[in-house]
Amino acid sequence: MSLISRGFRGRRQSAETAGRLPPGQYETRDFPVLSAGPTPRTALTAWNFTLQGADGRLARWTWDEFVALPRQTTTTDIHCVTKWSKFGTMWEGISVDTLLAEAAKHGIEPSPYVLARCDGGYTTNLPLADVTGGKAWIAFSYDGAPLPPEHGGPARLLVPHLYFWKSAKWVRELRLMESDAPGFWESLGYHNYGDPWREQRYAGDE
Amino acid sequence: MSLNVAAPRISWRHATVIEVVPETPRTRTLVLDVPEWPGHRAGQHVDVRLTAEDGYQAERSYSIASPPEEPRLSLTVERLKDGEVSPYLSDELRSGDKLELRGPIGGYFVWDISLSGPLLLVGGGSGIVPLMAMLRHRNAALAAANMERHLMPARLLYSSRGWDEVIYRDELARLADSDRTLEVRHTLTRDQPAGWTGFRRRIDRAMLEEISWPPSEQPRVFVCGPTPLVEAVAQSLVELGHQPALIKTERFGPTGGSV
Repeated sequence: MSLISRGFRGRRQSAETAGRLPPGQYETRDFPVLSAGPTPRTALTAWNFTLQGADGRLARWTWDEFVALPRQTTTTDIHCVTKWSKFGTMWEGISVDTLLAEAAKHGIEPSPYVLARCDGGYTTNLPLADVTGGKAWIAFSYDGAPLPPEHGGPARLLVPHLYFWKSAKWVRELRLMESDAPGFWESLGYHNYGDPWREQRYAGDE
Repeated sequence: MSLNVAAPRISWRHATVIEVVPETPRTRTLVLDVPEWPGHRAGQHVDVRLTAEDGYQAERSYSIASPPEEPRLSLTVERLKDGEVSPYLSDELRSGDKLELRGPIGGYFVWDISLSGPLLLVGGGSGIVPLMAMLRHRNAALAAANMERHLMPARLLYSSRGWDEVIYRDELARLADSDRTLEVRHTLTRDQPAGWTGFRRRIDRAMLEEISWPPSEQPRVFVCGPTPLVEAVAQSLVELGHQPALIKTERFGPTGGSV
C-alpha cells in the first residue's frame, strides 16, 4: 500500500503518454547522458567489432566492413533506470541477427547468453533470446547523424525493450556464453534482466 | 534472472520528515527518520516515490547528503523549474510529513576511508550532494578512528553560479578550517561578490591541473554535476594523464544544464 503524499497532484499525462510509460517512468524530450566514467574516444581507424563464440572462435569487422553490412533503421521508445523515458528515438545500425548470421559462416554457433564488452571496461549481460529476433542492434547513427561519443558513439548496443543500461555504449564485442555472468551494473546492485514493464530496476525486484 | 534470486528486494519505506533546512534560495535539505534504514555508503542515492490521492505516482532519485555515521538520512533537493517532484519536496513537504523512499542504491560512485590515498572531488551545483556525504564521512570516520589525515588528503573543486548558490557554504568553510589536509576551492561562474579573488570561470583543464595531484599520485576522483561539466572535467583529467578507471562520474539534469 503506497503512502498518499499530502498535497501532491503531479503532472498528468495524456492517456497515450501514460500507456507508453512503464511504471515509475516519466517522459523527457531531452536526451540525458549517464555514464560511470570518462567518455572513451576511439578513432574509427582503430575501431573494430568482435563476435566471439563460446568456443573462442572469432568473427571481426573493421569499421568500414561493419558499416557495409546490411543496415536497418528502427524507431523506438527507450527507458532509463534513472526514471526517464524518451519516445520515438530513431536509430540506424546492424541487427544482431545479421552479425550472428555472418558469424555462423565462420562456424560460430549460438549460445544461450551474451556479454557485451565495451571501451572503458563496461560490460552488460543478456540472454541471447533478448538480442535476436529483431530485438537488438549495434547502432551507429542516432536521429540521422553519427552517434555522438557521449551517447555511446561510434557504436552502441541498442536493446530498447530492456532498461537502457543494457544498451551498452562504446560496444566493441559480443561474447557468446554457455552460462550467464553479471556485467558491470548487474554486479553493483542493479537487476540482472531489467524489464522496465515489470520495473526490474534493482537486484531483488521481482 | 536466476542470479538475483538471493538478493533481498530493496523495499519501500515510510520516512518521516524531522526537519527542513534551507541551504540556498533554490535548495533545501530534508532530514528524515527512516525506520530500519539498512545503512549506506557515501555517494549512494535513494528513490523517492510520491503518490497522489487518485493513485498517480511519480518517482525520482536523490543523492544522500548525510554520512553513514549519522542516524538520520538527509537529502538535499534542488527546486527545478518545471520539475514535477522537486517543487513538491521544495515547497510543500514539511516537518512531520511522511515520504516514501527506497535505497540505498548505487554501488560504484561510492567512497569510504578504507580506500586510502588522495581524494579529489569535483562538483557543480547540486552535484555537491554525494561529494558532501564523502567529506562528512571522511571527517567523522577519521576523527573516530584517530587516523592520520595526511595519508588521505582531500581536495574539493566546486563550481557554482554565484556565492548565494553555494550549497553547504559555511559547513565547507568550517571543515576546511579545522583540517589542514582538506582544501576547498570555489569557482563562481556568473556572479562574484565584491573583492572575490577565487576562480570566476567554468572548470577547465588549467584549473584542474592547478588543483589536482599529479597523475602519479593516483588520486581517486569523483565528479558530479550537469552533463557538460562532467564531460569537460572527465575529458580534461584524462588528457592530464589520470587513469580513466580512477575517475568516477555521476551526471544529472538536462543535457544543456550549466554551472
